[in-house]
Amino acid sequence: MIAALKPFKAKSEKITFLSILAALVVMLLLNTMVGEGSALHLPAYTLGNWGKYLCYAVLAMSLNMLWGYTGLLCLGQCLFFALGGYAFGMHLMLMTVDYGKVPEFMQFMGYLELPGYWYPFYNPFVAILAVMLVPGLVAFIFGFLAFRSRIKGVYFSILTQALTYAAAILFFRNETGFGGNNGFTNFKYLFGGDLRTVDATRWLFAASGILLLLVYWIIAWLLTTKFGKVQLAIRDSENRVRFSGYSTTHFKLFVFVLSAIVAGLAGALYVPQAGILNPSLMEPKIGLDIVVWVAVGGRGTKLGPIIGAVLVSALKSYTTSAYPDYWLIILGGLFVFVVLFMPDGIVGLTKKTWAKFRKKEVPA
Amino acid sequence: MNLTDFCKRSLFWVLFILALSGPLHAEETEARRILSKLILANSEEQQAVTEELYDHGDQIIKEVIEGWRIGEVSIFDQDGNPIALLKRGEDSYEEISSGNSFSGGSESKINRTSRKLRKKLRNVVDFLDLSSNDPNERIDAAMKLGLTQKPDYVEVLQERINRQKDPEVKEAFEVALNISLLKNSDPSQKLQAVKDLGESASFPARDFIEALRVEASESDDDGASDLKEACVVALEKIDSEQKRVEFYGSLLRGLSTGSVLLLVSYGLAITFGLMGVINMAHGEFIAIGGYTAYVVQGIFESTYGIGSTGYEWYFALALPASFFVAAFFGILLERGVIQFLYNRPLESLLATWGISMIIQQVIRLKFGAANVAVSSPQWLFGSYEFYRVSMSYNRLFLIAFALFVIIATWLLLNKTRRGLHIRATMQNRPMASSLGIKSSRVNMMTFAYGSGLAGLAGAFLSQIGNVGPSMGQTYIVDSFMVVVIGGVGNLLGAALSSLGIGVIDQGLQPLLGPVMGKITVLFAIILFLQLRPGGLFPARTRSLDD
Repeated sequence: MIAALKPFKAKSEKITFLSILAALVVMLLLNTMVGEGSALHLPAYTLGNWGKYLCYAVLAMSLNMLWGYTGLLCLGQCLFFALGGYAFGMHLMLMTVDYGKVPEFMQFMGYLELPGYWYPFYNPFVAILAVMLVPGLVAFIFGFLAFRSRIKGVYFSILTQALTYAAAILFFRNETGFGGNNGFTNFKYLFGGDLRTVDATRWLFAASGILLLLVYWIIAWLLTTKFGKVQLAIRDSENRVRFSGYSTTHFKLFVFVLSAIVAGLAGALYVPQAGILNPSLMEPKIGLDIVVWVAVGGRGTKLGPIIGAVLVSALKSYTTSAYPDYWLIILGGLFVFVVLFMPDGIVGLTKKTWAKFRKKEVPA
Repeated sequence: MNLTDFCKRSLFWVLFILALSGPLHAEETEARRILSKLILANSEEQQAVTEELYDHGDQIIKEVIEGWRIGEVSIFDQDGNPIALLKRGEDSYEEISSGNSFSGGSESKINRTSRKLRKKLRNVVDFLDLSSNDPNERIDAAMKLGLTQKPDYVEVLQERINRQKDPEVKEAFEVALNISLLKNSDPSQKLQAVKDLGESASFPARDFIEALRVEASESDDDGASDLKEACVVALEKIDSEQKRVEFYGSLLRGLSTGSVLLLVSYGLAITFGLMGVINMAHGEFIAIGGYTAYVVQGIFESTYGIGSTGYEWYFALALPASFFVAAFFGILLERGVIQFLYNRPLESLLATWGISMIIQQVIRLKFGAANVAVSSPQWLFGSYEFYRVSMSYNRLFLIAFALFVIIATWLLLNKTRRGLHIRATMQNRPMASSLGIKSSRVNMMTFAYGSGLAGLAGAFLSQIGNVGPSMGQTYIVDSFMVVVIGGVGNLLGAALSSLGIGVIDQGLQPLLGPVMGKITVLFAIILFLQLRPGGLFPARTRSLDD
């Protein structure tokens, strides 16, 4: 246990990591152990929502790896999330019908036989492998081309946006074979269990929580290594790193692919919890939403993306039901406000206030 | 800017005149003269005079001939000069040659057509469209007859063919006749018809020739092989002509798509390329322009009434209005948000994205989520045909206007004092301001100009597409691509790349379909940046951008 906390040097960081773990366990316990009559009981519906928020948080963390620690603002992170979701969704769709049968949505599109590339997805582990491979491969090819020709800064952002835009219009076509507009829905079974039960909600929540802690740990650990130092140096001054003899292209490519894989995993866990998957998840605006999560929480901080993703998503689900007309205005206002007045997000602001309160130097 | 006004004004006039030069209503006098001559002529001459009627398509011909058949035409002898009259009612007569009413018609002698002439006159009335005064109507009528391939019409067309003076009409008659002949003639005539049709590369004839080719290859008459060969040659000619027309058609469509892109991205090239500000709300300025056009249209509609001459000119006001409204919002945005974010491009990207969401939603709340209808003014309707390539005035106007924007912007930047200030500020802000240029003012005006161009683009898009709250979103990715491809900070590059992307996009669409075409273009752009990471015209600099 102590060894696992090695990447967290400061005491406060150890406490943060353990608090996240504790919070997740408590939520699960409030759902399972506390009876339904109790005021402390966490309904399964709320737990399911939190499961989705956790996936968003992982997605935000994957973007933070790129934007916060390497200085690459990727506006297409939603693409990797969705690709992971589609890879896993293929398995889930196959589980809705008997072996060798064509899922319903494909019948509507006139498929009489299952195309060959669907067969491997009968195996859930192949699907999980694809969840990592597909986004990773897309990120590798795109990143290789982009970083090789030294596309950086805003240009990189715009190109990633174009990439996810292109993918979205591709997936919106019915001919692409992934359900067009309607995408995948009506999932039924996973690992032999019924997805529509409370148990499934709990398991998926737990899995999302584990993924979140794992990613949190990996990011923290990476930052303590030499690799992490180079990563931060690239963010601060890429040319100097290059002059010092490091191939920044390879470092950036590695981080890009890694973050795509993380986003893909988050997407895979998100899909069975959301119960629906369609190409609107790839639209450029979703990519920017993720950026807002990170910005609101605090770019370049470990905890920031989690706070941002959860807070903004919770705010969204509240506002879209209470004031549906004003959600976009509130979100837009949030963008502007955070950029102008809270450049370091909630975490940065808290740190500053805390430091002022204790009359101390602002920790770096 | 006087120059701007002048250019705008002259452009409008050119187009206005173009729009006016449509079909002119010919007078009936000539037709009346012939009719009168026909009635008074003796039976030998009548055949020849009837044919003169083939040149006219006035309604009066029909009225007189019908009247002649049922005995409403009479001749009045006025001191040895016969006058042809048409009975218009009880005791009311009309002088055929002039159309004036004629008193004393009751003493005239009723005249009836001779039996011989009747069939010919019937022909004149039945095929009145063939002699219409509007050449386009004539062409349509001839083609309609030809395409039926009915044997009766062969003669009708043959009779009229040599009377056609307009070469275009004459050609259409020949084509129609030849198409008819493909079915209704002997083999040698058929052969000639096929050859002629191939020569004139007639598109409507293609299917008929193809059918004839199949027929010829199945039969084993003498000459069938000759006919088949002639068909193949003719088909080849038609196909290559069709390809040519399609090519120029998509080139033109590409140019006009490129012009839209150019108008949309030129504003972006200025704010992003020159100022280094990523304005994700650029698309919403397009929407603002579109909605301004809609509002101006509404004002004109309530002032002048729909369809009136005044209403037709709403677009002339909508253009400058959309420019200034968008420019005004641009100033608000620059003062309110962007001025705090210079040199922080990623942050300005986020803030402006937020602004774009707010503007979109405000538009939605104000005007509704559905698209609104903006109608095209009459003088932008219609199209002009040039060597069979039809070009709509809409698109031509768009291309001309895009050219105008390029030139005006170039003049503004390179030939005016303000342009000098802009360029100086963009190159080196601290140095420029230390030399006394109010750089914050320059920023504001430049941003306003860029936003105004987006507004103009929106007004144009209202003519060729939908106006809706998210209309700008469609173009935002494309226009960023244009700027990146063109080379950031280079307006000429932006112009070339937008036209290039437009043409390639339209060229690929027929081959790959709209979606795959778009995707291919996007990937081509990513690959292009491999070869030229700085775009077409990279900015040369010795400093390291970090």
